[in-house]
Amino acid sequence: MARLELRKVGKTFNNFEAVKSVDLTIEDREFVVFVGPSGCGKTTLLRMIAGLEDITSGDLYIDGERANAVPPDKRGLAMVFQSYALYPHMTVARNMGFALKMAGVPKAEVEEKVRAAARILQLEPLLDRRPRMLSGGQRQRVAIGRAIVRNPKGFLFDEPLSNLDAALRVQMRIELVKLHQDLAVTMIYVTHDQVEAMTMADRIVVLNQGHIEQVGTPLELYHQPANLFVAGFIGSPKMNFFPSRAVAVGRGDATLELSPNHALSFPVPSGMSPGALAPGASVTLGLRPEHLFLANDGPLSGQVDVVEHLGVETLAYIKAVNGEMITVRADDLSPVAAGDRVSIALHPGRGSLFDAGGKAIFHLSPA
Amino acid sequence: MEQEKASLAGTIVAWLAAFVMFFPILWMVITAFKTEEQAIAIPPLLIFHPVLSSFGAALAQSGYIHFAENSVIVSLCSTALAVLIAFPAAYAMAFQPGKRTQDLLVWMLSTKMLPPVGVLVPIYLIFRDTDLLDTRTSLVIVDALINLPIVVWMLFSFFRDIPRDILEAAHMDGVGPRGQMIHLLLPLAAPGIASAALLAIILSWNEAFWSINLTAAHAGTLATFIARYSAPEGLFWAKLSAASVLAVAPILIFGSLAQRRMVRGLTVGAVK
Repeated sequence: MARLELRKVGKTFNNFEAVKSVDLTIEDREFVVFVGPSGCGKTTLLRMIAGLEDITSGDLYIDGERANAVPPDKRGLAMVFQSYALYPHMTVARNMGFALKMAGVPKAEVEEKVRAAARILQLEPLLDRRPRMLSGGQRQRVAIGRAIVRNPKGFLFDEPLSNLDAALRVQMRIELVKLHQDLAVTMIYVTHDQVEAMTMADRIVVLNQGHIEQVGTPLELYHQPANLFVAGFIGSPKMNFFPSRAVAVGRGDATLELSPNHALSFPVPSGMSPGALAPGASVTLGLRPEHLFLANDGPLSGQVDVVEHLGVETLAYIKAVNGEMITVRADDLSPVAAGDRVSIALHPGRGSLFDAGGKAIFHLSPA
Repeated sequence: MEQEKASLAGTIVAWLAAFVMFFPILWMVITAFKTEEQAIAIPPLLIFHPVLSSFGAALAQSGYIHFAENSVIVSLCSTALAVLIAFPAAYAMAFQPGKRTQDLLVWMLSTKMLPPVGVLVPIYLIFRDTDLLDTRTSLVIVDALINLPIVVWMLFSFFRDIPRDILEAAHMDGVGPRGQMIHLLLPLAAPGIASAALLAIILSWNEAFWSINLTAAHAGTLATFIARYSAPEGLFWAKLSAASVLAVAPILIFGSLAQRRMVRGLTVGAVK
């Protein structure tokens, strides 16, 4: 088992704070995904957990023991690199058995373990090949196999699928989730792709500029983003943001002024604390594309710029009167076409409101 | 038409220039096959009956075999020593660079700009006081140190082409620096190590200044062997030429065999 605890973990490179005081607990057998834009510190955080990077400040505990000074191979964690990092001069079998061989494990036992891992990953016919004779997907499997052979408590993945083509990526995603179920070990997975994060994670850690923006299950992040950053980062296409001003706050709803002479009424949950939204405050209204629909008469309007037919649904990118782009998710049979003047309505009881600092004030959810 | 003429002229000039540069070597080889009388004949003889007597004289009189043996031993041992020191040094510089690594590399190379004669006296005194004058050991040490910067540079650029991830993967696999060097860098950088070693062998074979100044009859290399021919009792052109041919032939043959490998080694990293 591997339970990881990060207490105020930080990393500084030549005066640059790559990771700022991260507190995080990863439970045993959890599949946690670190996601964020490039340069957010997610890979650095992973490398500190692996032991490839020194921890500048704070403490890392693995199964209750402080691991800051424990060398990488003694942490019981295995890592899969973005570049696969296979040993080019060794066969697949030797690649997978190298760690055990170096640890002095008897040859027969090494072979047995390599064969067992190869069976899981369907690598048996490739055991005598060299990495350069393998396809990208096969190399990725060998890299995972090399990790499995060591029988680690936890797996660390550093953007392992980003060098694969789209179809293979989807397939490997499913295989990794299955592998997680079969092996029942802790997995930490770094990616910049929020789709990978949403589809694989038990819990997602959203990082931005070296700190954690939010930790939660995929649906928590999607429906209750803690702030504008998470709201904008999770979900594709992106959430629509409408900077506005609360002109009046009533019992069940508030009037939001999107632009001068353009206001709409937006419901306010009954449980909201009285001081959370004051009249006159600058706020941002956040509406996902599926929170909007094309209607004959709606509070928003504009001209359709681009239409994307995805088969299962249709996405309309609409240029609003004030020049802002609004994305609306319509059904597959929607007749909308580029150039149309359309009116947009809000699904009742959906959407989020954020304060001037970007923090969420409330999220509406259908009762 | 004009272009063809211009390119023909260019070809002729290039061949002439090449001939002028190559001429001394050609003349040396020709002279080696003459008798002493033919060698100093004026005007110089272009058509003559080649003889091997000068080679015979050079081999018999001056202990060529002994000097050649020294050359082989010194160049091989000094190369082995240089590679042995440079390998871990280049590993550290390529994979665990510090703040001053780049400066250190440049500084190492800058020592090649120092005129050797500037340190002749101190080095001579050191070897005199340690009883190393006219020993192969002294030349092995000096040649290894002279070639060290170049060998470090070459290995460094080879190592830099090896993805860091591979070493980090090995680190995760529990393989320390020694294991990484033996099991990963040695096989992966073998072509680079071979090129660096070949170059070091050639450079130390050709090294003349220190072997002439630090050694004599006992530990002298082929460079010393040739230098001894310009003796005060007079010049023997045919024998000198024969001796010179004997001195440069082995390394010329070796160099032409190793050429392709070396060119590949020296240009690595320049083009991907």
